[in-house]
Amino acid sequence: MRILTVIRQVLNAEESVKVKDAAVDLSSSKLVVDTMDEYGVEQALRMREATPEIEVVVLAIGPPRCEDAVRSALAMGADRAILVEANEPLDVIAISSIVAQVAQTESVELIFCGGQQADWDSHALGAATAERLGWPQATWTNALSFDGTQLIGKHDVDAGNESFTVPVPAVVTTQQGLNEPRYPTLPNLMKAKRKELRRESLEAFDVKPKLKFLGAEVQVRERLRTMIDGKDAQAAATQLVDLLRNQAKVIS
Amino acid sequence: MILIVAEHADGKLSKSAYELTEAARQLKREGPVTLLVLGNQVGTVANAAAALGEQVLVADTPALSEYDPEVWAAAVAQIAREGEANTILIAASRSGREYSPRVAVKLDAPLIEDAISLCDVGGELQAEHYTFLARVTERVLAEGPVVVVTVKPGSFPEAKPNASVAEQYDVELELPQRRLIVTGQIKEKSERVSLVEAEIVVAGGRGVGSAEGFTLLVEGLADQLGGAVGATRAVVDSGWRPYSEQVGQTGKTVQPKAYIAIGISGAVQHLSGMSKSKLIVAINKDADAPIFREVDYGVVGDVQEIVPAMIRELQQTP
Repeated sequence: MRILTVIRQVLNAEESVKVKDAAVDLSSSKLVVDTMDEYGVEQALRMREATPEIEVVVLAIGPPRCEDAVRSALAMGADRAILVEANEPLDVIAISSIVAQVAQTESVELIFCGGQQADWDSHALGAATAERLGWPQATWTNALSFDGTQLIGKHDVDAGNESFTVPVPAVVTTQQGLNEPRYPTLPNLMKAKRKELRRESLEAFDVKPKLKFLGAEVQVRERLRTMIDGKDAQAAATQLVDLLRNQAKVIS
Repeated sequence: MILIVAEHADGKLSKSAYELTEAARQLKREGPVTLLVLGNQVGTVANAAAALGEQVLVADTPALSEYDPEVWAAAVAQIAREGEANTILIAASRSGREYSPRVAVKLDAPLIEDAISLCDVGGELQAEHYTFLARVTERVLAEGPVVVVTVKPGSFPEAKPNASVAEQYDVELELPQRRLIVTGQIKEKSERVSLVEAEIVVAGGRGVGSAEGFTLLVEGLADQLGGAVGATRAVVDSGWRPYSEQVGQTGKTVQPKAYIAIGISGAVQHLSGMSKSKLIVAINKDADAPIFREVDYGVVGDVQEIVPAMIRELQQTP
C-alpha cells in the first residue's frame, strides 16, 4: 500500500503575522511544517513500521521554498516526496484537484492531511479531495489503526467523539491526540538530502482557481487593558465583579 | 434560491439556522430564502424553520436519522441543483465544515469557509473570513454563479420570525451508501449551556493547579454566572477535562459576550479560539503572560484566592 501525506509550509505559530500591501508577507518569517500535517506524516510512518511494504510519499503544493518543509518530512522518515511548484495562492478546492490527480498517478490508497491549515485556517482539503476521488473520509481523527482491509479509529464530531471503521481507499484528516510526531535525528536529516524529491509544475495539472484573494489585514481589536493588582485577593475580586456588573454589564 | 441547511439537535432548530437566515436576508440574492431540513421525525424542526424561511424543504426519513458526510453532501447538492440555488449556506460546525467541501466539488463551485461577512457585489459574492489562526482578516471573491459558504457561528444576529408561515415541501432524495460506519459514540453531556452558544464562558488553564482546582474554580464560577466551561489544550492533555471542552485551534472557537480565562497564559493556538470574544477577562499570577495583551480586564494574582472571592462576592446579591 502507498500512503500520500500532504503537508503545508506555514508560519511558525509563535511568530506574529506581517502584512504588506494588503497581503500576508512571509518573506522574513520562520516557516515550519504545519503541526496538523505532521500528525499525518507520523501516522503514515507508524503504519509502515507495522507493515513494511507500505510506501510513504509526501506531497507539498506551494512555492519552491516549501522544499524545506518537504525535507523535514523526509527526515522524519518518509520515503520520497513530490513538490508541485505553485507561486500563486490557490484556494483549497483548486488544490484538492492537484492532490487527487497525484493520488491517481501514484496509485495511493490512503491520504493524510491536517484537520485545519494554520495558514488559510481551512478544513476543506481532505473532504474535497475525497469527493474528487469518490472516496470516503474520516475527519478530525485522533486514533487510527489499519487491519489490512479497513481503518479503525476515533474522531471528533458535532456531539462529541465517535469510533468508526472505514474501508480504504480513504482520506483521513489528522489532529492532536493522534500521535506524538517524532523529531528528525541528525543522521536522518543527512539521509533526507539524498531522498527522491520530484518537482512538478502547476501547469501539468490544469487547475482553475475558484476564489480570488482581494486583500488581508491584521485586525487588532482594541481592548480596555484595565489591570488590577491581585495582591489583595478580596479587593481585586470586588473590583472585578463591579466592573463586570456596572461597566461591561455582562452580569446582572 | 438561497439554500440554507438548517442544523438541529434534540428536536430543536439550532441557533446557527437563525443566524444563517439573517445572513441570507441581508444578502438579498435572487430567489427565495429556503431552509432545508434533513433528518428523521423532524416535524417540529420543520415548523420552526417555516417561521424563518420563504419556503422550507423537508427530507424526513429514517435514512437521515444519523449524520454522514457523504449522505449529507449528496442530499444538499441534489437540492441545490434541482432548485438552481445560487448560494448554499452551511453552518461552520464540525459536520458543516466536513461535508461542505464535498458539496462544492459536486457542484463545481467555489467554497468560502467560516465567513464572517457576506455581500453581493454586482452578482458576485464577496466575503471576509479569518486566516492565520484567526489573526488575519482576509477578503475573497467567489468566481461563478453558484457558491458554497460555511458561516462562522456568532457572525450574524439571529433572524426574527416572519409574520407569515412558509410552505413546507417534502423532497425525495437519492442517497448513497454509508461507508464510514459508526461503531460507538461518546456524547458530550453537560448540564450547562453549550460552549459555542454560551454568552459567558469561563475557561481554565494549567494555572488552576489540578483537576480538583478546575472543578472548584472554573466550574464554580461558571455555575455562578450561568456560563459554559472551557479548557486549554494543556488541561485536556493532562486528562483533567474532556476534549469537548477544549477552546483553540484544535478545539472549539467561541465568541461569547464575556470570556473569563483563569490560569491561562495565552498560547496563540488558544487565542485563535477565543480572541473574537466581546469582552476578555484574565486572572493569572504571571504579569508577563501573553493573555494580558488581549484583555479588557486583567487581574495579576493567585487564582486560588481571587476566584473563590469572586464566587463569594457574586453569591451575595447586590
